[in-house]
Amino acid sequence: MNVMSRIIPPASLPAGPPAPGLEAVAITKRFGAFTALDAVSLKLRPGTVHALLGENGAGKSTLVKCIMGFYRPDEGAVVVDDREVVIGDPRAAQTHGLGMVYQHFTLVPRMTVLENLVMARASVPAVIDWRAERRRLADFLATMPFAIDVDAPVATLAAGDKQKAEIVKQLYLNARVLILDEPTSVLTPDEADETLGLIRGMALAGRLSVLIITHKFREVMAFADDVTVLRRGRLAGSGAVADHTPDSLARLMIGDSSTAVPVERRGPAGMAARLRIAGLRADDDSGLPALHGVDLTVNMGEIVGVAGVSGNGQVELVQVLAGQRAATAGSVQVGGEPYRATRAEMRRHKVHCLPEEPLRNACVPGMTVAENMAFRSFDEPPITRGGGWLGGWWLDPAAMRRAALDLIARYRVKTTGPDAPIATLSGGNVQRAVLARELSREVDVLIAANPVFGLDFAAVADIHAQIVEARNRGTAVLLVSEDLDELLELSDRLVVMSHGAIVHETTPAAADLTVIGRCMAGNPAHPVAPADGQRQPAR
Amino acid sequence: MPPFMHRAVTHLSASVSALAVPAAAVAVSLALFGAFVALVGVDPVEMYQLMYRGAFGTWFSWQNTLTRASPLILTALCTALPAQLGLVIIGGEGALVLGALAAAATGVALNGAPVALVWPAMALAGMAGGALLIGGAGALRQWRGVNETISSLLLTYIAIAVLNHMVEGPLKDPASLNKPSTAPLADTYMIGTLPGSSVHWGLVVGIVCAVAAWVLMRRTTFGFAARMVGGNPRAARMAGLPVGRLLVVTTALAGAAAGLAGMVEVAAVHGRASASLVAGYGSTGILVAFLARQNPLAVIPVAVLFGGIGASGGLLQRRLDLPDASVLVLQGIIFVVLLASEAMQGRLRLFAFATPAAKEA
Repeated sequence: MNVMSRIIPPASLPAGPPAPGLEAVAITKRFGAFTALDAVSLKLRPGTVHALLGENGAGKSTLVKCIMGFYRPDEGAVVVDDREVVIGDPRAAQTHGLGMVYQHFTLVPRMTVLENLVMARASVPAVIDWRAERRRLADFLATMPFAIDVDAPVATLAAGDKQKAEIVKQLYLNARVLILDEPTSVLTPDEADETLGLIRGMALAGRLSVLIITHKFREVMAFADDVTVLRRGRLAGSGAVADHTPDSLARLMIGDSSTAVPVERRGPAGMAARLRIAGLRADDDSGLPALHGVDLTVNMGEIVGVAGVSGNGQVELVQVLAGQRAATAGSVQVGGEPYRATRAEMRRHKVHCLPEEPLRNACVPGMTVAENMAFRSFDEPPITRGGGWLGGWWLDPAAMRRAALDLIARYRVKTTGPDAPIATLSGGNVQRAVLARELSREVDVLIAANPVFGLDFAAVADIHAQIVEARNRGTAVLLVSEDLDELLELSDRLVVMSHGAIVHETTPAAADLTVIGRCMAGNPAHPVAPADGQRQPAR
Repeated sequence: MPPFMHRAVTHLSASVSALAVPAAAVAVSLALFGAFVALVGVDPVEMYQLMYRGAFGTWFSWQNTLTRASPLILTALCTALPAQLGLVIIGGEGALVLGALAAAATGVALNGAPVALVWPAMALAGMAGGALLIGGAGALRQWRGVNETISSLLLTYIAIAVLNHMVEGPLKDPASLNKPSTAPLADTYMIGTLPGSSVHWGLVVGIVCAVAAWVLMRRTTFGFAARMVGGNPRAARMAGLPVGRLLVVTTALAGAAAGLAGMVEVAAVHGRASASLVAGYGSTGILVAFLARQNPLAVIPVAVLFGGIGASGGLLQRRLDLPDASVLVLQGIIFVVLLASEAMQGRLRLFAFATPAAKEA
């Protein structure tokens, strides 16, 4: 697909003052004994898109936080528009024209885009003339390539539009240097291409300089002019994208450390049903029906991928299966027995879960890494100790620590130790810790939701390998993902979820992307009968 | 720095940091209270000297302090235990009152039975009374979505009304004329004092309960599960934990602690149930729990501190002509300052070196 064709020609944009450049000079940042950044330099040329690549923990976020004033670097300087500046806090960054868009949305969901943008300004008048504000914003948007509905509550926007609104917010706040932290991790490939295309268009027009943190080589190759690669807090390489290939970037990023080799699915999927969902209904947080009778079966040794645009009931489906939400109707069976996600049932049927946003869904941020790793095992030997009638009640903290040290080593979790609160770990390492907890035991059923969301190349390969290995061992895997490529790569069978029901089923080999896309969008070309087990022929 | 040392330093600095904020809050409160009494024309230095004497200065004042501390330990547990699950329970007063009423009624009903039977029966009745009230607040929260803070507060008023109704009606001792109360407990059923002091055994009961609560929360699977629910209910559900049951059981245990305080007050101090049981131990217990940062072990010294503040009230009244309630002003100031200082926790630059190195990306 030719992404470049989407870029609006620079000529169609009114010219503004030229965008400034940004330079980080020999930045060093230490946390205690740990050096997160070691004399890292980066040069963002005016009017270009610069990609910042690196694995989890390589120092990308730290570098950006030093630039944005969240952290004060121990050594080094930040140069904006050829002048050295001292940025003490994020507000100061704003006055220098730096704006940052985060991986996670920061707009207030219940407020409209207009309200969000007005409230974000540094000085908001006590009484707001909304008519004037709206006119101002409309005029501003007219100079932008972004089309968004300013009166829509943010909660009703699709992920792509939310991300655009976040970007527009920064531009509205006069950001001339835009820093994007994995901006496409929540977007569909089309949305990602569109958003990045628009941004690149603005850079080409000289109105913006863009620094983009990403893991996706495809985006680097398609949208960036220059690239800087970090590895373990050091500069691993930099230069023009044109001089690089995805392979050379991967080598820079990963270095000589070994990475997991992609694991092939071995053997046909099993035929014995392990997880059977029938007529499942559930409400969302606001009490409205979110699942309208989901029918789905996952066999032993099979990965069933669930595709769909976010907000079509996938979250609720996973929550019901994980025990975080009550079903209103329908049944879930595991191994032929009714399953209500109690601890005893989870243990008997070996049901495990890799939810999205693991820190929010699967961890207690204030508890230690060791404690978090013991969530599945704290009430069984060896962590419980002693005999007698109280035997099952006593915790052995030393045993818990030992188990955690073992998992930390086996799953290469980067932490200061098992006693650190898990909230102090980076996102990827929280994910690894949860992965270690959920996959180190015997698993018969695995519920995974966007398991590699926001992770880098090496971590993604690693986690994919673990999931496929589990499948090869006979685990029934339900994989919910917003990344269609991931599903096509991993799944034995692929279903599409739309408006709280399964509307399409196919295999990756027979998949027709047009049909899948239409089903995801909720308007298949012809009515699709979501009958249980009945395969929809791919065109 | 070797890893074990790093661990020790991290641990130590975390403890110091956890201590520093409440200690600073108390110091600021003392300064504010000093300014307050200076305004009414009392020398703050003299006042604090007197307070110290009234609380910890003599063996007599120590005994007074410790006697007051024992119900505070138990009522503080009524707030500190549910706090492990992220609940804010402020119904300790009601649980104490209901527990005292149940214990007194049981003690009177069993008059004539052996002590070895009556004491456990009274204790169980008191604990059941408190458990019913606070467990009720937990159940309302779990199954009806009622805010547990408000329901436990309102249930306290109901408990006090029930006490008043019972001691003025069905359980009234006809002999109690100017102060309605239940029939007095037989002298043999009164809990004695620790040898060589006027401090009753309730202090030991309180300390044992606080230690037991700490062990329960820190060293058992139940406590681990409770802390998971308190830290993140979603994660607890994902682990298949019975969140509702944990919630109700923990609130019931918390209520039982305060109910036991009521039983001790009846069996060691008052000898009967009457309106004088509503003495503010429940509400001071909330303050103790917050100042102890909801740690069941820290509750013990903090309860002693507040027992001392309460004990010194009489001396301030006699010597400085300050109203008896002025120590309540100090308690109130401490609470407000403490709540305001919660925001400071973890932000002090002094402890910045303890920020974990793994924070990254």
